[in-house]
Amino acid sequence: MSLTKQSIPTRLIDDNGLRTDGRKLDELRPVKLEIGLLKRADGSAYIEQGKNKILVAVYGPREIHPRHLALPDRCYLRCLYRMASFSVEERKSPAPGRREIELSKVIRESLEPAIFLEEYPRAGIDVYIQILQADGGTRCASITAASLALADAGIPMRDLVVACAAGKVDGKIVLDINDAEDKYGSGDMPLAIMPRKNEITLLQLDGIFSQEEFEKALELAHQGCRQIYELQRDAIKEKYKTIREQVSSDEKKKSDEESENRI
Amino acid sequence: MEQRVISEIERNYVLSIVSKGKRVDNRSFEDIRDVKIETDVIKKAEGSALVTMGDTKVLVGVKVDIGAPFPDTPDKAVLTINAEFTAGASPLFEPGPPDEEAIELARVVDRGIRESESVDLKKLCLIPGKKVWVIFVDVYVLDHSGNLFDASELGAMASLLTTKIPKAVVEGEEVKLENEKEPLPMKDTSVSVTFAKIGNHILVDPTVEEESVMECRLTLATNQDGHIVAVQKGGVGTFTPQEILKAVEITGRKAPRYRDLLPKQSD
Repeated sequence: MSLTKQSIPTRLIDDNGLRTDGRKLDELRPVKLEIGLLKRADGSAYIEQGKNKILVAVYGPREIHPRHLALPDRCYLRCLYRMASFSVEERKSPAPGRREIELSKVIRESLEPAIFLEEYPRAGIDVYIQILQADGGTRCASITAASLALADAGIPMRDLVVACAAGKVDGKIVLDINDAEDKYGSGDMPLAIMPRKNEITLLQLDGIFSQEEFEKALELAHQGCRQIYELQRDAIKEKYKTIREQVSSDEKKKSDEESENRI
Repeated sequence: MEQRVISEIERNYVLSIVSKGKRVDNRSFEDIRDVKIETDVIKKAEGSALVTMGDTKVLVGVKVDIGAPFPDTPDKAVLTINAEFTAGASPLFEPGPPDEEAIELARVVDRGIRESESVDLKKLCLIPGKKVWVIFVDVYVLDHSGNLFDASELGAMASLLTTKIPKAVVEGEEVKLENEKEPLPMKDTSVSVTFAKIGNHILVDPTVEEESVMECRLTLATNQDGHIVAVQKGGVGTFTPQEILKAVEITGRKAPRYRDLLPKQSD
């Protein structure tokens, strides 16, 4: 039973061309990114995209368990996409369902091309994705955050991977669909790319798209990815700016102390 | 399967042939293998189909039951698609519950059928909110020689098109099943075309050897109007947007070839 039952919207796009959350057709939801917020993990990132709240932790490269998974020529990348039971309207059983298993697989395959896995044969990298609150587009937000967490762990990468979906709502192609648009709209197309060389690492689709609509959605999702890519880069710069300030203030303190001692 | 270890000599052989614009089995990049669909092969099932695609063999059976609908779709029948990789179908398959590959296969086949609204689930509702038909489509991979996606999608469609279920009569809160059988209410068909990317080439309907050296895979499912209803990229490589659009264009030409092989629905 759901206590907070949403009413089914009759229209997803109003007369002014605005969506249920007031966005324009080609507008992203607000995205907030944070890096390195977990103490114990080798790398971590947190993303808020609209009402999505997702935490990603990365461990490794480290010894892999069970050991028989170890690969002789490259590192084994393991991804777990898991939804918290309270992350959706109706409580979700904490046991992983088929959807979570498929998403773990496609997310892993979307990240793998970016990582120099051949640098760490026989080792393993674990990417743990925890959906704390879901509002449509969690796989894309997870990929965006996971590639930041991998970068935060210092794992050598060819590029960041960034993801964003386009969808079909009331016959129109829109960017970054939310939960209501996913449920009551007529199509969803998640895309992940490595922007530097414009390589597609994830592409899925459900719904009904004509060839023209498909091409339009692909183009729009690309634009969304590029916008989020800038935010990803800013997030990394921000983290190192903080570290740099920290280091320089520590150094200043140290040199001040030294000069005091000398006197 | 995709992570399969392949000998260096075999890998180089496949790669060198592809780089010359050819394929191991002499097909062109856009050729599909011979496909045979036999229906009603399992009499105990309400519908069934054995698909032979080159050396790949997939058996699909449909069983039906009466059950409760999902709370969020009280007026719709329940459609469940499951895939089993039988342990004998490949030296790389292991006995056990479906792994992520089998789950992905089932979910991609499901997506094509569900999004194209091939089965009219509303017509299979008996008592809204209480009793609906439950349709189980089970895909059994018998021999894995590549391209399980297209073979399974064809098998699922063919078995649904030939499924006969007892006529149900609703009397108050009771559902009575008669001896008379009728076909499933079908609205559309979904057919998928799968590509493997090897080097800078995209190959239609890959064999297992091609899948073991491919960088990545793309499956595109379309409905009767030629609209795209499901897409799935798999594997660890990357596609360029141009390659995706080329695949869409090829799908437009190849999907009708598969669709023509589907059985017609009879009464």
